[in-house]
Amino acid sequence: MKDDITREERVDNLKGMGCSRKRVEDARFTQGKGNYVDDVKLDGMLFGDFVRSPYAHARITNIDTAAALEVPGVLAVLTAADLEPLGLHWMPTLAGDKQMVLADGKVLFQGQEVAFVVAEDRYAAADGIELVEVEYEELPVVVNPFEALKSDVVLREDLVAEDGSIPDGAHGPRKHHNHIFTWDAGDKEPTEEVIANADVVAEETMYYHRTHPCPLETCGCVASMDKVNGKLTLWGTFQAPHAIRTIVSLISGLEEHNIRVISPDIGGGFGNKVGAYPGYVCSVVASIVTGKPVKWIEDRMDNLMTTAFARDYHMTGKISATKEGKITGLHCHVTADHGGFDACADPTKFPAGFMNICTGSYDIPTAYLEVDGVYTNKAPGGVSYRCSFRVTEAVYFIERMIEVLAIKLNMDAAELRRINFIKKEQFPYTAALGWEYDSGDYHTAWDKALKTVDYDGLRAEQAQRVEDFKAGKTRKLMGIGLSFFTEIVGAGPVKNCDILGLGMFDSCEIRIHPTGSAIARLGTISQGQGHATTFAQILASEIGLPADSITIEEGDTDTAPYGLGTYGSRSTPVAGAATAMAGRKIRAKAQMIAAYLLEVHDNDVEFDVDRFVVKGAPEKFKTMKEIAFAAYNQAIPGIEPGLEAVSYYDPPNMTYPFGAYVCVMDIDVDTGVPEIRRFYALDDCGTRINPMIIEGQVHGGLTEALAVALGQEIAYDDMGNCKTGTLMDFFLPTAWEVPNYETDFTVTPSPHHPIGAKGVGESPHVGGVPCFSNAVQDAFRPFGNTHTNMPHDHWRIWKTANELGLHG
Amino acid sequence: MSKKMHIKLKVNGKDEEFLAEPRELLIYTLRERLNITGPHIGCETSHCGACTVTINGKSVKSCTMFAAQADGAEITTIEGIGGPDDLHPLQEAFKEHHGLQCGYCTPGMITRATKLLEENPNPSEEEIRFGMAGNICRCTGYQNIVKSIQAAAAEMNAAKEAAE
Repeated sequence: MKDDITREERVDNLKGMGCSRKRVEDARFTQGKGNYVDDVKLDGMLFGDFVRSPYAHARITNIDTAAALEVPGVLAVLTAADLEPLGLHWMPTLAGDKQMVLADGKVLFQGQEVAFVVAEDRYAAADGIELVEVEYEELPVVVNPFEALKSDVVLREDLVAEDGSIPDGAHGPRKHHNHIFTWDAGDKEPTEEVIANADVVAEETMYYHRTHPCPLETCGCVASMDKVNGKLTLWGTFQAPHAIRTIVSLISGLEEHNIRVISPDIGGGFGNKVGAYPGYVCSVVASIVTGKPVKWIEDRMDNLMTTAFARDYHMTGKISATKEGKITGLHCHVTADHGGFDACADPTKFPAGFMNICTGSYDIPTAYLEVDGVYTNKAPGGVSYRCSFRVTEAVYFIERMIEVLAIKLNMDAAELRRINFIKKEQFPYTAALGWEYDSGDYHTAWDKALKTVDYDGLRAEQAQRVEDFKAGKTRKLMGIGLSFFTEIVGAGPVKNCDILGLGMFDSCEIRIHPTGSAIARLGTISQGQGHATTFAQILASEIGLPADSITIEEGDTDTAPYGLGTYGSRSTPVAGAATAMAGRKIRAKAQMIAAYLLEVHDNDVEFDVDRFVVKGAPEKFKTMKEIAFAAYNQAIPGIEPGLEAVSYYDPPNMTYPFGAYVCVMDIDVDTGVPEIRRFYALDDCGTRINPMIIEGQVHGGLTEALAVALGQEIAYDDMGNCKTGTLMDFFLPTAWEVPNYETDFTVTPSPHHPIGAKGVGESPHVGGVPCFSNAVQDAFRPFGNTHTNMPHDHWRIWKTANELGLHG
Repeated sequence: MSKKMHIKLKVNGKDEEFLAEPRELLIYTLRERLNITGPHIGCETSHCGACTVTINGKSVKSCTMFAAQADGAEITTIEGIGGPDDLHPLQEAFKEHHGLQCGYCTPGMITRATKLLEENPNPSEEEIRFGMAGNICRCTGYQNIVKSIQAAAAEMNAAKEAAE
């Protein structure tokens, strides 16, 4: 038998790994037919919304709901007193702390949930909220974590023993009533000794400000308790639907098989939708109480003020080196502001996430990291905003310390990086703070980046610009921002990564249909990453059926296998691996079927693109389509009918994507306006599944990095008022502020991942923030600047110029 | 609660008539009353543009307009721009050039872009970026949105030339 198409055409027909397959998701989104949680409508559905605290710290002396209950359309008003008999007035957080679902006697941050009004529609709910009378007694507010550690004001009375002693927290001893934990990594004394005796030491303190992921769709859910069948269905913006099901089961007492969690289309997540929020619990309770479906959708102020801040790390660093610039030691201390409850979303054993990747891409022999978590009167959260756990903080820290050291050494920062990179032959490389980097080729990436942008030429141009500025010929300075980052993603090995005791494996289940198409279900959930497109590509290459014939389904806990969800760039490293492994199980069975059909021994056939061929006789073959049909219509001795497989993948290690970024910026010293002239981003995410989607992820991540570096922040005044609760104050860049980006790549496959892929969605954010920030700081370096804190908005840039005496 | 108002609209070519409170926002009317869920709510302060619709030929953010203010108006939403059998060139181009990721901003983005190209069939990149600055996307970084609009403009101009 002969084919009428070539092998190359057969490969193309699969639309497998490596091709820029167009997205299958786009048809519905471009026609307004997406199905987001606010699009879910059920008969008799009610709407719930919160009464929120105007104060950052206050005791609640009384709540009167009578007037609210008189409002036509208002059915119920829930308070902590109503939830207490159910044991639901508090809930566990992902960080081992607990959090009030509804204010239990006091409030700890502005916007905290005080009462839940359930009504027939949103307008009635809003009317009801206006009439709930809450009496507050204001308490002293603590918004600065350093002051919190000295303050007599006790934020969490529930965490102080009756005799006034401070019991241990989830992560060990606490030093003060507002202290949460101390977590450290590395060798303290040896690091201090190396630094004390070093040729050169650079020191810096930096504040990585509080910000927010702010996806365009806010958080929300619809809870529907079917009292007849005893089943609860919960639709919601969940980045981890299976974990949410387990959490709901644990706190509600409903058996897990009676809970179905569905993540429909999600309008961006970026970490915001990982946690469990009071709105979910209140909706479930309200549905049980009323017997009707209850919808809760945040408005933008609710979203920015209450669910899931990110960052808020005060970091102090010391870095030591020889006179020649070889780094000898690194010391980092972090004071981490966690707000009123410790609701950080990190693997259990890592209360500061993977902050201990802060030695970066450099061969640093000795290092020590210590993190102190602190309670303040701010919103809880501490999520990973487009990054693996606290990796943005770590990479920002080291990429600023390198720049500060370069200034101290009077050395070029690109060269300082080059002489300290971990060398290709050192991988797998065990860093001083414990991680084993799986692979990397940093020098090649760095050289390619610097050559492409003509780094030496840029430096010459910058020197000329400084001369021109000093001569009064221009009012614009030029900054060259560099960053070289190593991420740690794909959490993670079950041996050290779990959330609430759930190991961080992931999963894929495949069913091949008789006519040669398939459905695959995964434990992850796309929020825009295009899983339905790319996971089908992985499978197409693994099982030889066209990607267009493979449906990918995620987000329904009744049908999908258990998995820990999508965040921390873990979908491709973990669920992508599970997909490949499940595909290989399909292929193994297909091989036996093919051998039977071709009447040869199993070992006499081999896989070739979309078929099994008899070795040495390529004209004798069975296509995967033929094999699929045979699986359903042949009685093959010793082989069960059907063609299905499932894989639960526990990764042996994390993956370590890396990249080299360069930003060229002109800064008007009189207006403080930065103009991004050029941005070059080289990413190495290992094997590339869909270059079009990778490029899109890089553009998006860089834009979120631009936002954080150049203006986006969640800011509070001394009274604990959130000053950035709407998009009027919270900076989201528009098309007008955003440049075009140049993307590039190298490919260093992960040695332990079945297809060598590493994850890419978060790299551009992680590498982008220090790159934009370094560009601003570099522009002022010739005038004595060492470090200024982000966000570099126009006012702050102007202020830097002013303080350096550049306004004459 | 004030007296309900009698409101007539023509939405995507279909006449609609109903009683609504004066405070009812147009986005609520579209999404909740008429079940037209293509336009989304992103900010409620006119910043993000996820709720963009076309009213009497102008791009309008329906989250900050009362239904009563639109009384008598002709409204087009993403659902009226093109469907499976008659895709608009912008809908095709956004897919072809990866101009969307999570899809939440996309209906507003495409709806706004249809007006932009009506107002200016040959926009420069700068004009596209300025003309689309009322619509926020958190995923794409805009580069491919600009590309999509440029491609649709070229396609539409070519089709117009061919027809002439």
